[in-house]
Amino acid sequence: MSEQNQHLEALQDIRQMMQRSSRFISLSGLSGIAAGFWALVGAYFAYDWIVEYYSNYNRNGVFTGPEFQHLKFNLFLLAAAVLALALVSAFYFTWRRTRQTKTELWNRTSRQLTINTMIPLIAGGIFLLVMLQHNEWRFVVPGSLIFYGLALVNGSKYTLSDIRYLGISEIILGLIATQFIGLGLYFWAIGFGVLHIIYGFIMWWKNERSSSEA
Amino acid sequence: MAINNPISGLNKIFDNRIRLGVMSIVMVNDEISFNDLKSLLEVTDGNLATHLQTLEESGFLKVHKGFIGRKTNTTYSITRAGEKAFKDHLGALEKMINGVK
Repeated sequence: MSEQNQHLEALQDIRQMMQRSSRFISLSGLSGIAAGFWALVGAYFAYDWIVEYYSNYNRNGVFTGPEFQHLKFNLFLLAAAVLALALVSAFYFTWRRTRQTKTELWNRTSRQLTINTMIPLIAGGIFLLVMLQHNEWRFVVPGSLIFYGLALVNGSKYTLSDIRYLGISEIILGLIATQFIGLGLYFWAIGFGVLHIIYGFIMWWKNERSSSEA
Repeated sequence: MAINNPISGLNKIFDNRIRLGVMSIVMVNDEISFNDLKSLLEVTDGNLATHLQTLEESGFLKVHKGFIGRKTNTTYSITRAGEKAFKDHLGALEKMINGVK
């Protein structure tokens, strides 16, 4: 009986070492929830500003270049702010989780995760900027969702497997969004807001619930 | 071969926790550095070096000595023989657990 326990222990050791050495297990679900929250806040403001811009346009009946430039500039700032807030809070919660799991934030697996996520992400980012350079804005929303999804699928080999399903969901959403070009902001809010919150919650529920109660 | 326990088929070399840990890690990573092994297994330099040498001498590990700048960077990967021995060991463990049930 004790020999059996010893063998079971050995198997558990093996499993733990295989997982710890090849996957970054401390990605926190709360990071996803926080990122999703900021995305929804951002989408709310963007919606507000766009509605305001169009109502002014309707009232005055003229389309002014400076106003449109102003709106574009504000939206750009908003996107940057949302991204920054999302990254900072995502880092914070994952950093907190590494202290619970007693792993390093910047180790071999998180490095692998970062590199493999960044490859499709940077390629996609540059591609989308080039599309904007050519005044092709219609596929920015579907494109960003698809590239982000591909980046997650690629990175998921080095972290919790839920990320793979989040990635696939983003890709599907992006492909659907290609058929509803005018509704880009809604798709963006669903992809970067709602999906992050749902998957973040699932990840938190599966992996962290018990340790945060204790 | 004396290293195989005739009753269980368990490999004596993997009786040690650190050696078992090293094998588990090199199974799932193409290659891994000495320092990464050290931090994953939470062992001292000397201790780890001894066990790595045992595994290398058994033909289970390949050692690559390289440099990052001027610092030595030694990485390890698993050999065919190591992969087979480790899988056999896992199979034996499984059998033992199922058998005692």
